[in-house]
Amino acid sequence: MIPLQSVAILFVALGALCVVLARDLVRQALLLSIYGFSLVVLFVVFQAPDVALSALVVSGIAYPVVLVGAIARVAAIRKRRPR
Amino acid sequence: MTRSMRIGLFLAGAAGVGFLLVWGVLDLPTFGHYAGPYGDIVSKLTEPQRHIANAVTAIVFDYRGFDTMGEELILFSAASAVAMLFRETREADTKDIVDAVRADAVNGLGVLAAIVTLLLAFDVVAHGFVTPGGGFQGGVVFAAAFVFVYFTCEYHAYLRLATTKFAEPLESFGAGSFVGLGMIAFAFGLAFMGNFIDYGVTGRIRSGGSAALVNWSSALAVAGGFMVIFSEYLKDNMAARYGRTKKVVQ
Amino acid sequence: MSVLPYLLAVFVFLVGLYGIVSSRNLIHIAVCVSVCQSGTYILLLAIGYKTHGTAPIFGDIPSSRKVVDPVVQSLTLTDIVVAVAVSALILAFALKAYEHEGTLDPHEIVEMKG
Repeated sequence: MIPLQSVAILFVALGALCVVLARDLVRQALLLSIYGFSLVVLFVVFQAPDVALSALVVSGIAYPVVLVGAIARVAAIRKRRPR
Repeated sequence: MTRSMRIGLFLAGAAGVGFLLVWGVLDLPTFGHYAGPYGDIVSKLTEPQRHIANAVTAIVFDYRGFDTMGEELILFSAASAVAMLFRETREADTKDIVDAVRADAVNGLGVLAAIVTLLLAFDVVAHGFVTPGGGFQGGVVFAAAFVFVYFTCEYHAYLRLATTKFAEPLESFGAGSFVGLGMIAFAFGLAFMGNFIDYGVTGRIRSGGSAALVNWSSALAVAGGFMVIFSEYLKDNMAARYGRTKKVVQ
Repeated sequence: MSVLPYLLAVFVFLVGLYGIVSSRNLIHIAVCVSVCQSGTYILLLAIGYKTHGTAPIFGDIPSSRKVVDPVVQSLTLTDIVVAVAVSALILAFALKAYEHEGTLDPHEIVEMKG
């Protein structure tokens, strides 16, 4: 197993821990994107360019839009709730 | 059950599950010594048999096209369910909401980025059988091009381009034509999803036979599905932010 | 050393599971579910890897060259894209629950107690 793979594995493990332990929602959405990019590096090092492209597109575009949309919706409801 | 009790119980259970998983994983063939014959057989056959250079998309759309049809229908159901959950907000409620970005430079660069992304989406889908790419990746990139318009210009412009009147038929057409292409093979006396066009030359865009058409229909289905999901989320967001929702939590 | 990718998959899965159990927010749960799923992608790709194998794209290499397994890559590729749509559905459910109950905490929503 080449050293590049070990480094990529280390980053993925750290990224997963950071995503789960984040408590603020917007921060967690950002960390999920960064974790997705570390997964892309891992997939490239495992010689899987198609999977890497798929993960790149998904964690760069689809997950942030959907997550931030949901978080903003929650904030909008909370702001308009009659006190 | 308090939170610490719950976490303690989980850690006990996770220790057991983790032990079983690690024990099972240690019995797999060592990393780097893939054992099974199926992968080797298929990689040797994709070029001579189907004239497709990319073995992964050959498996996705040709050898295991039936599984991809199932995944496609999962995507279709998920997008329809999201549209159904957000059905109370009508798109007509949001027609006069603008939510504009007022910097001209950002507007201009955003439109440029959207056009380039659209071309990139077509490029990724078309070269699916030659380089890494294919319908699934290209479909998401296609949906992203429209979201660029919202982020850098205004919501009204996005709404004009990507209304559900355009996105939902696109998605349905993609999913339906996937199954339809499988059924057209019946007319040629072949099995479901058999190939009915000639295979072409390896390395050209027009190769792979009818799996290339399946590639395009799945790209349309994925693009439509993601456009529906993004549109629903943005529509609900706009309506909630500018006070058009009917329900307010008491 | 050579079982490290498999152990990573198990680790990521258990970490995601911990996130789901210890979470106080429905949106946080949706993100942790996607972390669990990524653990399975790592396991699949690690099974298919061959030492000194290259990517299974034969545009410029002969068919006889040693390549990694393309079948597990095809499974992972469609799975990643579909998982986002299912995640969006989970988040839509979370939003509807917030509208009805006024809270995103799963332990306070009466119907989800237990």
